[in-house]
Amino acid sequence: MELDSLYQEVILDHYKNPHHKGLPQGKVQVHHVNPSCGDEITLSLEIKNGIVDQLVWDGVGCSISQASSSIMSDLVSGKSFDEALSIFDQFSELMQSKGSISGDEEVLEDAVALAGVSKFPARVKCALLGWMAFKDAAIQARQI
Amino acid sequence: MTLQAPFDIARIKADFPIFDQAMRGGKRLVFLDSGATSQKPRAVLHAEAEFYFTSNAAVNRGSYLLAERASEAFDGAREVVAQFLAVSADEIVFTKSATESINLLAYAFGNPASGISVKAGDEIVLSELEHHANLIPWQELAKRTGATLKWFNAQLDGSLDLSTISEIITEKCKVVAITHQSNVLGSIPELAPIIAAAHAVGALVVLDACQSVPHMPVKPQELGVDFLAFSGHKALGPTGVGVLWGRYELLDQLQPMLFGGSMIESVTMTSATWAHPPKRFEAGVPNMAQAVGMAEGLKYLSAVGLERIHQWELALTQQALNGLHEIDGVRILGPQGIENRGGVISFTIDEVHPHDVGQVMDQYGVAVRTGHHCAWPLIRKLGVSGTTRASFYLYNDLADVDVLLESVVAARDYFRKQ
Repeated sequence: MELDSLYQEVILDHYKNPHHKGLPQGKVQVHHVNPSCGDEITLSLEIKNGIVDQLVWDGVGCSISQASSSIMSDLVSGKSFDEALSIFDQFSELMQSKGSISGDEEVLEDAVALAGVSKFPARVKCALLGWMAFKDAAIQARQI
Repeated sequence: MTLQAPFDIARIKADFPIFDQAMRGGKRLVFLDSGATSQKPRAVLHAEAEFYFTSNAAVNRGSYLLAERASEAFDGAREVVAQFLAVSADEIVFTKSATESINLLAYAFGNPASGISVKAGDEIVLSELEHHANLIPWQELAKRTGATLKWFNAQLDGSLDLSTISEIITEKCKVVAITHQSNVLGSIPELAPIIAAAHAVGALVVLDACQSVPHMPVKPQELGVDFLAFSGHKALGPTGVGVLWGRYELLDQLQPMLFGGSMIESVTMTSATWAHPPKRFEAGVPNMAQAVGMAEGLKYLSAVGLERIHQWELALTQQALNGLHEIDGVRILGPQGIENRGGVISFTIDEVHPHDVGQVMDQYGVAVRTGHHCAWPLIRKLGVSGTTRASFYLYNDLADVDVLLESVVAARDYFRKQ
């Protein structure tokens, strides 16, 4: 079924057992909402010596938004600010691709499982919710 | 309750070209999102196109043949809407949407130059069932004027708590703006006591009839309300056209929201005076073709019969409720039966987010709305993050209900099997 290309096993795994999900308590804290569906995320992180650290998020949302946030947290944690933002750019490009690219697994790792989302335009914003929150927080944290 | 449709649904469906195509996976379209917007019959699409093909000119301006045709078509559309609501044509204001209709009123009430205006210390009364379109304009009016916002609490069964009605509607109340039917739950709140209480203190009642006018007979004068708003696109018509009805002597006291051509009586370099309603509120060249299309949609509904449509939607709703009640893990929000409701059902599936529910249902060709339905305060009150909403219309049949139920089970199982 076409559905299985959207909801890949790895997505459902992250949905059921999200990583880095907890109580965001860092100094830099952002809250993003998806006004069309009501999904919300709160995320905090630090940039320590140029490295993304202490990323914690909490939120409510569909399997795609929750899994994508979990995958994003794994990917950017421990990366340099520049590297993390470059991963963000690649993921964002994948989401806008309407299914025309499959994503570089070397860089995006589990996030390539979200490639199928790009064929469902209504769900792209779900997949991007956590990522947008990350970018917002990272830029704020670097300025501290 | 009969399960025999009171009209030939196959024939009706054949009038709607949107059904002549396959959805994902080759599935037929099971359209259960008429609460958001309705599909359009050929007659509406043709009427709209026909206007451009044969009658296009700016209304009420030129003296040439096309201008005459355009004005006749546009005025004719106004007559149709007036007859549909059993009111006078000079009480029908064409807007671009029901949202604009309500904003127009809230704006006019906030203008001290209006004969009826809301001032600091006055009270505006709403309900917790309101769509954002009948909430935020009033919030903003309260902010601009220093008036106070009050509201009736929604109860879990979709009704309103009227036990404190005398504390909510007081002598300070100027406007009561309330929905005729909840777009989320389908419940029809008890309006009579609210209207009576409002009028007893001299307050005006604005009815958001977006969910009712397209689906059941609604006569604002029988209801006793003072203003009513609905949109064309939910009533088989095109997008871009809505209606504001108001009692003429009230409309005539209101200041316009938009200024420009068509809405004036006389203009000098420094000032202008306004035409009488409805023109006063229709600045600029209006959405003529859309108004004509909308009128065609209303004629279509009248020909089928609004009461018959309402009864059929209730039969479908009952059938769907029976099925949903039996699906383990499904919770129906709002009214559990068909008393005091329209053909709208909101439900949740345990541990499955509505967005994911809708995605699985889409694989079955089922179009439903998911999320907060532009009624965020109500969704919070219900204690959920969102719902899945199925809404019925005259082109739905019992087979649609079967697919609905099948797809709900599939959605539940898809996320449970893991």
